[in-house]
Amino acid sequence: MDRADVDTRIRSLIEPFNKKGVAITDATTFANDLEFDSLTVMDFVAEIEDAFDVIISMNQQAEIENYGQLVDAVHKLQAD
Amino acid sequence: MSEAGNSDLFSKFDELIAMREVLLAGGREDPFSLVMEKVLSPTQAICNGRDTILLGTYNYMGMTFDDDVIAAGKQAYDEFGAGTTGSRVLNGTFFHHRDVEEALKEFYAMDHAMVFSTGYQANLGIISTIAGKGDYIVLDIDSHASIWDGCAMGKAEVVPFKHNDIEAMDKRLGRIPEGAGKLVVLEGVYSMLGDIAPLAEMVAVAKKHGAMVLVDEAHSMGFIGEHGRGVCEAAGVIDDVDFIIGTFSKSVGTVGGFCVSNHPKFEVMRLVCRPYVFTAALPPAVMASSAKSIRKLMHNGNKRAHLWENSRTLHAGLRGLGFELGTGEPQSAIIAVVMPDLERGAAMWEALLKEGLYVNLARPPATPANMTLLRCSLCAEHTSEQVQTILGMFERAGKAMGII
Repeated sequence: MDRADVDTRIRSLIEPFNKKGVAITDATTFANDLEFDSLTVMDFVAEIEDAFDVIISMNQQAEIENYGQLVDAVHKLQAD
Repeated sequence: MSEAGNSDLFSKFDELIAMREVLLAGGREDPFSLVMEKVLSPTQAICNGRDTILLGTYNYMGMTFDDDVIAAGKQAYDEFGAGTTGSRVLNGTFFHHRDVEEALKEFYAMDHAMVFSTGYQANLGIISTIAGKGDYIVLDIDSHASIWDGCAMGKAEVVPFKHNDIEAMDKRLGRIPEGAGKLVVLEGVYSMLGDIAPLAEMVAVAKKHGAMVLVDEAHSMGFIGEHGRGVCEAAGVIDDVDFIIGTFSKSVGTVGGFCVSNHPKFEVMRLVCRPYVFTAALPPAVMASSAKSIRKLMHNGNKRAHLWENSRTLHAGLRGLGFELGTGEPQSAIIAVVMPDLERGAAMWEALLKEGLYVNLARPPATPANMTLLRCSLCAEHTSEQVQTILGMFERAGKAMGII
């Protein structure tokens, strides 16, 4: 799966969590722009992990602040 | 901020300070600075000037005022002095530290026992020492702070799963790279809602993936399982659990933490576990009281039965009054009453205190799903009459606050 495919897939997964319908770009942040709290992060990460069959550990999550970083990380993880 | 760029490191706490001020405005009593001016028994104290029934102390078996437990402590005070002034690995291991470890080995029928200065340090120390960089820790999202801190200190990859979700745990274990070290961390009783973990299934899943298993049984010792060894004993999987973590500050009635294990190399922990090595050992009186208490907890069938009866009566009574509870049926000695929000939870807490009842107010972020909870923990020494009195207090306060 190339980066564009990963992006498309994550874009559909994020929809139910994007309650305010924020326009998502690579620079969109989870904490500030999307206002995800810790519970939402857990549910959202679980969705992505199950969809791509990967682990995104909390240590890795700490490095991911915006949407673009998430797509990059998942793209790399599922390629490994 | 000055022109030189000096900043106040405390500004990160401004939101919390403001939240507290709002809560305390209007003369409300501070839920987080209650003083027990006098403690009369395991179930009664004078709190903020009032005669109060204690229903939030985790003193499950009422051992704090047991005559034999107190006598053992007094004798150790006289014979060994007030404190150890040293680490367990230097000058801080007295007769009683060894004796309490022997008592734990007897209680759990395990080969090794290691006592820490607190339960927090037991989780911090064991988890951070056995799971290091490159290893994976798979744990329940509702785990206690001491478990999370142990994970962070050890620098392992931390992978949480949804509370008590066996399938989510299974999937995460299955995705760990081959050859990596795996530790599963679970709790017997989760103290926020008082619910128990499905340990029979979870431990089997962990073993299927070749993971080591650590279970925190802090809230079950002495009254869950045939010998009071906890939920893992009741579930029939204690032999597959690699490490049990526990505490003396609940059923045992003193202070301290421990880990018991059958791992053949377990004793090396005493040399490599920093929260064990770099802190002073507990005072001999605490150790003597603890050893006596643990041995008495091995023979306490009647008290156990009464504790369960209290838990069932309170659960059914609160439910009958119309309160929302954390569990559908009583699973432990903790009954969590769910409040609509923090403001009304704090008001209800204060109304109960004025009635003469102390419960724990638990609020986010310590609680699951951002709930505000009034946590009740029962004691084997609560009389049946006290439980009825407690229900009357909840009814009056709940109606006055418009919660029921």
